[in-house]
Parts: sequence; C-alpha cells; structure tokens
Amino acid sequence: MTALFDTLASAGLWAATLRIATPLIFGTLGAVLCERSGVLNLGIEGIMTFGAMVGWLTVFNGGDLWAGMLAAALAGAAFGLLHALLTVTLGLSQHVTGLGITLFASSLSYFLFRLNVPLASSPPTIEPFQPLSIPFLSDLPFFGQAVFTQTAPTYLAILMAVFMTYVIFRTPLGLAIRMTGENPHAAEAQGINPVGIRYGTIMVGSALMGTGGAFLTLSAFNSFFPTMVQGRGWICIALVVFASWRPGRALLGALLFAFFDAFQLRLQAALGGIIPYQIFLMIPYFLSIAALAVMARRARVPQALMQPYRRGER
Amino acid sequence: MVHQHFSLAPNLTVLDNIMTGTEKLWSFKSETVTARTKLLGIVQRFGLDVDPDARLGDLSVGEQQRVEILKALYNDARILILDEPTAVLTNIEAERLFRTLKEMARQGLSLIFISHKLDEVMAAADRIVVLRGGKVAAERLVGQTSKADLAELMVGHRVTRPVRDQAAPGAVVFEVTGVTVRQGGVDRLKDVSFHLCAGETLGIIGVSGNGQTTLAHLVSGLAKPSDGGMLLFGEPVANLSVRGLIESGVGRIPEDRNKEGAIGEMSIWENTILERVWSPAFSKYGLVNRKAGMAFAERIIADFDVRGGKPASRTRLLSGGNMQKLILGRNLSDRPRILIAAQPTRGLDEGAVAAVHARILEARRQGTAVLLISEDLDEVIGLADRIQAIVNGRLSPAIAAETADPRRLGLMMAGEWRQTEGAVNAS
Repeated sequence: MTALFDTLASAGLWAATLRIATPLIFGTLGAVLCERSGVLNLGIEGIMTFGAMVGWLTVFNGGDLWAGMLAAALAGAAFGLLHALLTVTLGLSQHVTGLGITLFASSLSYFLFRLNVPLASSPPTIEPFQPLSIPFLSDLPFFGQAVFTQTAPTYLAILMAVFMTYVIFRTPLGLAIRMTGENPHAAEAQGINPVGIRYGTIMVGSALMGTGGAFLTLSAFNSFFPTMVQGRGWICIALVVFASWRPGRALLGALLFAFFDAFQLRLQAALGGIIPYQIFLMIPYFLSIAALAVMARRARVPQALMQPYRRGER
Repeated sequence: MVHQHFSLAPNLTVLDNIMTGTEKLWSFKSETVTARTKLLGIVQRFGLDVDPDARLGDLSVGEQQRVEILKALYNDARILILDEPTAVLTNIEAERLFRTLKEMARQGLSLIFISHKLDEVMAAADRIVVLRGGKVAAERLVGQTSKADLAELMVGHRVTRPVRDQAAPGAVVFEVTGVTVRQGGVDRLKDVSFHLCAGETLGIIGVSGNGQTTLAHLVSGLAKPSDGGMLLFGEPVANLSVRGLIESGVGRIPEDRNKEGAIGEMSIWENTILERVWSPAFSKYGLVNRKAGMAFAERIIADFDVRGGKPASRTRLLSGGNMQKLILGRNLSDRPRILIAAQPTRGLDEGAVAAVHARILEARRQGTAVLLISEDLDEVIGLADRIQAIVNGRLSPAIAAETADPRRLGLMMAGEWRQTEGAVNAS
C-alpha cells in the first residue's frame, strides 16, 4: 500500500501522464473537430503513423524540429483532403473510407520510410525536442518536476484545447460547424456551405492527428518504427465519445487515460513478479471502457454524424 | 421559407439556431448580445414568444415552428412561405398561428400559405391559387369561393367523400385494458384502454407524436406491453407476434407507406405477398411461388384500381395514392377481421382520399373491426363511430361520433377531456 502511495506522490508519474497524454490530446481534438461537423474519421490511426514518419524523416534529412511538426500537419491535411473527397463529395461510407485510409497511410508510411532509410540493426535516431526550462516555474518543488518539465508540443496541445473550445462555442465559425454536424440542411438554408465546412474541419482535424503522430517521433522517442502508434488513434475515437464532443473534456479524457497508462507502467515495475504484466497492460483500456459506459450514456451525439450530405435530399 | 419539416438543430439553443449564418464566418467573436436584443424585439412585435436560451429539442412542435418563423423574420424576410405549417399543430395552436399570420400581413409582410386542407386556406388566406399537376388551375378571392368549389378545382372533377352509414357493431374482437408500453425508459403509452367491435370503427385522434405510432405498433405486434392485459377474440394474449396476428386476420395500413408499408425497390408482386410469403398459397418447400404471387398482384391491381404499374414493375414508381391502394388491397382482399389504419390518407390528393375512405367503410360494412388512427379531424369525424383522443401517451374515454364537433375534439386533443366527460356519460 505504501508503494502505491509513493507512486502516486512521485513527480515522475505526473510528468509521464502529461507526456503520454500529448498525442492523445492532439488526436482527440482532431477527431472532435471532424465529428462536430458530422464526419467520422477512422483514418486517424494511419494518419498518426504517417505524421510520425513524415515528421521524423523531415528532421532526419536536416529539417528543423518545428518544420517536422509542420510537415506532419500538412501530410495529415492531405489525407484529410482524401477522406473529404471520398466521404463528402462522393458520400461514401465513412467507416469503410476511414479504415481504408488507415490501412493505406500505415503501409505507405513504412514503404516511404524504407525507401529513405536502409534496414539497420538499430534504427537511426534524431535529436528530439528538449524539455523546456521555464524560469521560476520549473524550480517549484514537485509541481516544477511534474508539470513544467515538458517539451513545447505538450504545452501547444493544451493551448490548442483551450483555443478550440473558444472557436467552437464562441465564434460564428464554431456555430456553423456545430450546425453542420447537427443538421447540414438547416445550415445550407442559412447560407452556410456545409460541404466547405466539412472539408475544412476534416483537413484541419487530420492535420492535428498528424501533429499528434509527430510528437511520438520528435519528442517522446527519437526514432520511427511502423507499429509505434499502437492503437492510440482508436483510443482517441473512444475519447471523443467520452468527451461528449467537447474539446475541454477531450483534454481531461486524454489526461485520465494517460494517467492510467503511466500508473500501470509503474505497477508493472513494482508487482511484475507476482502478476503477469499483460494484466497491467489491460488496465487503461478496461478503465476506459468503464468510464465510457458511464459517460457516453448521457452524451449528445451530433445528429448528422455519419450522414452524407446531398443537396436537395432530406 | 418555413418548411413542413423543420430545418432546425435539436441540440442547439434557440438563439444558436437563429444566429447561424447571420454573421461573417471568420470574425473572432459572436455578437450574441446584439443578436438577443434584435430577436427579443421581433418576438415582441409579433407576439411569438419563445425562450432564446432553451434547447430546441426541449420545445414543443408549435414552439419549434415559431422558431422557424422567427428565423425568417430575423433575416429581415419580407415574403414568408409556409409549407403545410399546420400539419404538426393542434387546431388551437393552428388558430394561434393564423392570428400571428394576420398580424404579419397587417404589418406589411407578404405571406404564401401552402396547404391541402381547405378549411385552413379559407381561414388564413385573402387570395387562393389552386395548383394541379404543376399548373395553376385557378385563382380565387376568399370571399368569392367555397370549399366545394376549391375541392373540385383541385381534383379536376367533382368529388364527394363517401358518407358513413349506421354502424351495426358486433362482438368485441380486441380489448386492451390498462396497457403501458415502455421503450428506452420512456412510457410511450400509459395505462391505455380501448376495445374494437366487429363492424365498427374506432377513431383515435391526436397531434402528431403523442404515441400514435406506438399504439399502431402495439396492435400490430411490433411493440410489447410492459403492463396491462389484452384480449384477442376473447383469448388473453400476453405478447402478440406479427406473424401470429397476420395469420389470425389482422390487416395493417402502416403510418409511413414508404418506410413500413412497402419496399420501394422490390416489385409490386413481391410487395403484395411479403406479409404472408410463408403461407402455402405463396410458397412451397421453401420456394416462392412466383406465379401465384403474380396472379395475386394482378387481382389487387384490377380490384383496387391501382394505376401506373404492372405486377413486375418496381413499387417505388407508384404514386402515393396508388401505393396506398396497393397496401389496402393486400390487406383487404382476404377480408381481415381487424384493420389497423394509421394515417391512411396522409399526403394523398382528394380523389385518392375518397377511394381509401370508401374501402375502409366497405370493410367495416362487411364486419371488419377498424382502428383508425389519424390527425385529420374531418377524416375521423367522417369515418369513425366512436372517437378517443391520444395525448402524451394517454387515451381519453370514447365519445360517440354523433356528439363530436371540431371544437370538442380540439379540447380532447389538448388533453382537456375531463371537461367533456359529463357529456360522455350523458350521451
């Protein structure tokens, strides 16, 4: 029991929580944006992988770290454009298209990676983002260690959640996005172009997903391997429901999941000898499902989610 | 433009619904304060009171319609087009709407009121244009025309709805006592009691969305009672199965002919036998007897005057009236003992209405017990022998059709049947 308490009180646990949460925050915010306008984007898993690869490759070939993040965002937006073409313009099934994009983007990532980087026993590395040292704040006891030793993209992710909350709930653009997700016909009748809105949200949302992927190779690790996203995209899709499509709650949900994950890693270290480690690996997913079951029952789904918009049809 | 089906987002607030698209998309702040002031000004000017911060989905249908009108006025509309605006309203709400419309006209707005209900057009309009087959058939001033005149112009020839003769009620065939239907934690029907007699029509009136669909589903075996008892032909039944009901002679005209009544992409003959494809008449050794199906469809097409299709043509190509005749034919050709007709003439033209009414009266004359669920008061008064109102999942006591008039039915539909109860006992 004391071991448990010690773990909870260690700054390392909380620092790890923020670090693990960062790609989830980016990914969930991206998915929230897409779904708010009525489009499910299951391409997220592949787009994150692709973002991780493009970001890493940019830096590996001599680019700046921020150039890597930007390249990942642009690559994400490109896949967003593809998703929008297929689901909005052609009105194809959003499930099937999204899964197709995930398979395509994941495979393409590995292909392009291999074209550029020859097979080696130990993967090549880059110099990743370094923790920011913030004067005064980083020196605080405990808090300094727990919260203010992150790399820049982590703070960017948190700011992004605040910014998106403002845009969605306080600006005319946000209202137009929400209306498109609830009733695109009503939006159209009020002079809004639902097709344009959906293209915009899917591309920007996918750019955020790509950024989230790039965090993995440019900050959390320093090399790329094809399986590194490890289902984080699917967790983001679940977190969207957990968050009831609100960016603020998306931030909370991502932190909660990351906390479970950071915690189980430490439990593994402490109790790994007694209980098989696979049990610990299950914990965050199991708790996510439990939390989802409680939260999602009351969630208000955007009414037009997964409905293709065709002019003149009702 | 105010459509029959609203263009609103139920999860957003009234103000959000109205403000959408009225500001520059890229400005960094919504001017909600200014918008609210402007909205409240319009609310006052026309007496269209609605709470700007209510979630739209929590409002009644009448209020939602006011939001639609406000939305148009907020955009400084000078011409307002209302498409079948009363379809979803009680007649009391409709009267209120007519008063608002008169007030708008008085303040200089132009209004176009689209309706197929003659009473309403006469009540709401100053000038009437009759459309038939996509052409203007006539134009009349309200003071210089009559309902009969308009009906004739609409259909192109004189139509008279068939008249109900005296009923000869036989034995009780179906009896429901204190039934509650709970779905998804909501009581769709609460403590509902009614009975159907052979050779008699029971009319259920009510504003759309008060439990009519569940009631029709209950009697069709699609919704299960959570509480209460049912007697079918005198036998207690706990659960009705759809197939069991069809086999024991229950015919159904579903409320939405395109969704539940017929499958548009399948052929006419397939649709006619779909309900009893398992019966030996239409299948043998698990194979469909196509020949028998075709013959059955031919017979229905001839007997029920279904126009615009052959047995092998796709059902989707039929007009609404002809599809309804097909569904009627499928149910009535075997002389059902019970007929459930849910909104049987919704969206049909005057000529098709008369045909459907004649068939329902004919079935009743031959001893079928009819349950007529309709939002059209004239239809219920014209066809039913006894009338009950459905309000928020509850049924009023029955009144005799002879004592019904639109005012009394309006009160019943508003849930105020207690005021009329004395009259029921007296009659």
